Amino acid sequence: MNPAILDVRDLVVHYETSRGPVQAVNGISFTLREGERLGLVGESGSGKSTMALALMRLIRPPGRIVSGEVLLEGENLVTYSEEAMRRVRLGRIALVAQGAMNSLNPVLRVKQQIADGLADHRVRLSSRELDERVRDLLESVGLRRDVANMYPHELSGGMKQRVCIAIAISLRPKLIIADEPTSALDVVVQRQVMDTLLKVQEDLGASIILIGHDMGLMAQVVDRIGIMYAGNLAEVSGVHDLFRVPLHPYSKLLIASLPSLEVKGAFQGIPGLPPSLLNRPVGCSFRSRCPFAMDRCAVVEPLLREVEPARRVACHLY
Amino acid sequence: MPALLEARNVTKIYGGGRFSRTPGMVALDDFSFRVEDDQPTITAIVGESGSGKTTLARLLLGLTEPTSGQILYRDQDMSRLTGESRKRFLREVQVIFQDPYEVYNPFYKVDHVLSTPIAKFKLASSKQQARALMEETLNAVGLRPEETLGRHPHQLSGGQRQRIMVARALLLQPRLIIADEPVSMVDASLRATILESLRQMHLKYDISILYITHDLTTAYQISDNILVMYRGQVAEAGDVDLVVKQPQHPYTQLLIQSIPQPDPDRAWGHYELPADAARPVVTGGAFCRFVNRCPHAMEICRTTNPPLYRTDEHRAAACFLYRESPALDRADLDQVLTDPARNLTPTGT
Repeated sequence: MNPAILDVRDLVVHYETSRGPVQAVNGISFTLREGERLGLVGESGSGKSTMALALMRLIRPPGRIVSGEVLLEGENLVTYSEEAMRRVRLGRIALVAQGAMNSLNPVLRVKQQIADGLADHRVRLSSRELDERVRDLLESVGLRRDVANMYPHELSGGMKQRVCIAIAISLRPKLIIADEPTSALDVVVQRQVMDTLLKVQEDLGASIILIGHDMGLMAQVVDRIGIMYAGNLAEVSGVHDLFRVPLHPYSKLLIASLPSLEVKGAFQGIPGLPPSLLNRPVGCSFRSRCPFAMDRCAVVEPLLREVEPARRVACHLY
Repeated sequence: MPALLEARNVTKIYGGGRFSRTPGMVALDDFSFRVEDDQPTITAIVGESGSGKTTLARLLLGLTEPTSGQILYRDQDMSRLTGESRKRFLREVQVIFQDPYEVYNPFYKVDHVLSTPIAKFKLASSKQQARALMEETLNAVGLRPEETLGRHPHQLSGGQRQRIMVARALLLQPRLIIADEPVSMVDASLRATILESLRQMHLKYDISILYITHDLTTAYQISDNILVMYRGQVAEAGDVDLVVKQPQHPYTQLLIQSIPQPDPDRAWGHYELPADAARPVVTGGAFCRFVNRCPHAMEICRTTNPPLYRTDEHRAAACFLYRESPALDRADLDQVLTDPARNLTPTGT
């Protein structure tokens, strides 16, 4: 088994509001190995994007990391100075955000935007070396070299998203965090962009955390899935195990709620709503929607435990 | 019998006026479609961005006018609706938009979106009756009135807000609901619930539904007929089971292969787009709209825009691969759409 690249331990992130803290991430722990593809899925408000930002230390007030550790190759990022953290971003952890393509500067050529990241991380290159570097990066994401001299408006959405991937890998990061990298794209383009992302990830030998809510995409792309619910991990399982036999009741219902192209009328919603993160209920946060809820679920919060080899579930059923 | 709502050879071009240096962008290109009054159906209009599906919704709602062709409501030109007939149209054709966060005025309680149509269309004669009507429609979409009424929009989830929009549409007992991406902004666990309330309305109240979406999977789940749009034209249309299970147009095939299946054992496969495929959208003109991405492109595809070929009784595809089949005038598309009565018995399974 490959060594761990990232080890998140009991991470807690709150957003302070006048009515008390919103407990967006409520004590999450997981390990990511070198070269591994981990998916984090959950509905809106489950804390998945907050997780992505917390790993990059990009949580802004009123949000803050309350406690926990983010160990990147054994070093705790939570205690890093802002300047040290700035070097980690892009250098060792890169983020491809949702709608990243809209973050390109409309008045700068693609080449300049790639060069900015390099210069900011003190990579000194002659103009010829820079041209070569930009060309190699663009080619590695399947774009022609003349894209370097184009402006963002001359590119399609899929091409812009690939430019963002090129920027993300420009310093050969060890970890790529992709937060819904294709949610704004059409399915055909989505497949190309995902192919590109996975190819560069393999070329770099980097690990990837893919965040999203599209279970279909997860099934096609990742090795392991963490299912998030109300700021906690409900289940972490290998992708094949999870789709074959989901263990947590929320995973079961979530997978049953997916419409299929095979059978008609086989999908149904999950009744009820996730709890307010302002007043987190005592016990299991899923119990009000859970068909298997027991007395114990109202009292004791289930912890994520290994219930089968390589499968961790937070549920009193196991 | 006149159709409830009909698009007749409709073309919509944005920009490209007399003083413009660039040609216009053809958003919808010679499109014809009918929604019958006496045969309620659920029809899905599927396409990626730039396929013309939202333009179509706006045209059918009378929010924009066609460049050429006509939109007819009960045989009357939409742009000339006045007085009673306009009021009747506003009541009979309802819309549900994509974004449940933007359609509410944050200053008003959510009751406002229900009480306004009740007042405007005089649906109730007293406050108690209005309240009862609001509660009844909320119940019909699976919301508990006591948890919904009296609240402000920000106190409700996206799924709840979208269901209130469904309730609002239902309140007016329309003949047709045009739902433009109604579930693309709500969570997967709620999608099924919202689509199910739409389908229940169709079954219980004989309301036709035009489900506009980019999501072929949910389209397959709820509709009888499907129109696959590509760059302003119908690429393939017909019975949803035929189109989804045995797609014929190369674009439909590509679309279906590209959907990531929630099953890790069924690999996505790899597909390389031809290099020029990412060029800006080209519309209008005498060539197949899909030619620069098509693996089967032939010489004729570059010089002639393919007509619809009727490849099955209940399906047509605009592709020269099927030129042995009889051509179908785009204006007669409704001939291949299945009679929903047929779908009352389970189809082909």
